Amino acid sequence: MTQLLERPAALLPATTPARRRRLGLGRPIPYGRLLGPALVIAAWSIASATGVLDPRILSAPWTIVHTGIELTANGKLPESILTSLQRAALGFFFGATAGTLLALASGLSRVGEALIDGTVQVKRAIPSLGLIPLLILWLGIGEEFKIVVIAVTIATIMYLQTYAALTGIDSRYVELAEAVGLTRAQYVRRVVFPGALPGFFLGLRLAVTASWLSLVVLEQINATSGIGYLMFQAQNYGQTDVIVVGLVVYGLFGFVSDALLRIVERRALAWRRTLSG
Amino acid sequence: MATHAVRVKGLTRQFQERRILDDLDLTIAPGEFTALLGRSGSGKSTLLKAIAGLDHDVTGTGDLEVPREVAVAFQDSRLLPWLRVLDNVELGVRPGRGRAALEEVGLKGRERAWPAELSGGEQQRVALARCLVREPRLLLADEPFGALDALTRIKMHDLLRELCAKHRPAVLLVTHDVDEAIELADRVLVLQEGRIGLDLPAHDADRTHLLSALGIGVAA
Repeated sequence: MTQLLERPAALLPATTPARRRRLGLGRPIPYGRLLGPALVIAAWSIASATGVLDPRILSAPWTIVHTGIELTANGKLPESILTSLQRAALGFFFGATAGTLLALASGLSRVGEALIDGTVQVKRAIPSLGLIPLLILWLGIGEEFKIVVIAVTIATIMYLQTYAALTGIDSRYVELAEAVGLTRAQYVRRVVFPGALPGFFLGLRLAVTASWLSLVVLEQINATSGIGYLMFQAQNYGQTDVIVVGLVVYGLFGFVSDALLRIVERRALAWRRTLSG
Repeated sequence: MATHAVRVKGLTRQFQERRILDDLDLTIAPGEFTALLGRSGSGKSTLLKAIAGLDHDVTGTGDLEVPREVAVAFQDSRLLPWLRVLDNVELGVRPGRGRAALEEVGLKGRERAWPAELSGGEQQRVALARCLVREPRLLLADEPFGALDALTRIKMHDLLRELCAKHRPAVLLVTHDVDEAIELADRVLVLQEGRIGLDLPAHDADRTHLLSALGIGVAA
């Protein structure tokens, strides 16, 4: 017994404490996240310059930059971007408004819940893009149709998230509100709304992503304008550079909209910042 | 002046087949500090919730006379994380007295802080301030120090004693800590089989006796 205890003591000098081997990942590399994409672009450039990569498969990076500038100069790209943005923005606005109002009606009253929630849950099971054939019969293939498809998608997401947030208020806070004698209006304003805000923002961020997804699908099946149309035409003429320009624009849409929402969310949920440090 | 702050008569509360409170009677005098002991599951919180009017959808009967000015302190500080400290204190009352209450609990200057920025002890102080601004005639406290570390708990005991001496509300303190009950209260109650089984002035209360009433045999 004593021997067992003595042996490790003999191995470790008493003066210097043994430093344990670190098993975690350690410090992150500064700007490390940019390294991967930079390498990909470098490899792509080399492949294009040496002729390994056929421009019919994928144009060279500089061709794409050049095409981007050209399309901007002749007004094609700004026009398409504007058309696409308008569709997405209108669809998002109507959808988010409708979804939030429905969630309020359903989340704040049992009658509303009885009327609305079951209906939306049924709708939830049907993918919004699956409604396209029916909506084309009703609305044609014009702008209205596109905006409605996006709005329906957004409304469903916003409803589900906001309703869950409104009804998921911690019961301890409900008990507190009763104990301090809040009126129903005070309770909704000071407990339910602020408590549901994180869920509402989660809904917004999911909805923004979904609106771009719907937009891409809509613009590739039956559009005569917009970014998707630009890409569809480019496909017919084998212009990979135009297609990649379109993809970059879609990527920027997604990135910028999410970043903007994050800024708004950070401000609205200032009390949460302290939690994450 | 009323002769009692709370009067409970024949209070019965039942969950499914189990009778938690069984024809319970209890009177607390104005300004009297009462501690309620009981084993876990004995119905301490059920009684407190009944007096606070926070039990919905329960089956039971009984008469309750409770003043309008009641404040409740929970085991968790139960601050709304999205309200600043001052707004939490003044929740449900006309704004104005919150600052003074915060000063009384030693948190002057923290009015604009978010609850998450405070330590556990500080959060429980805010909860006390929230009780204070209501100028309660009855303070109901459900193990308010249960989640605090031992040192913080001692400080909170002192603070609570000081505040009660100053404002003189009747207090019903639910606790599982026999020493805390003897130290803080004027009167110690033990809940047994749905009724007040033991009712002693704190200075007469004997630790061993109380522990055995709680079902803990202390070897002599």
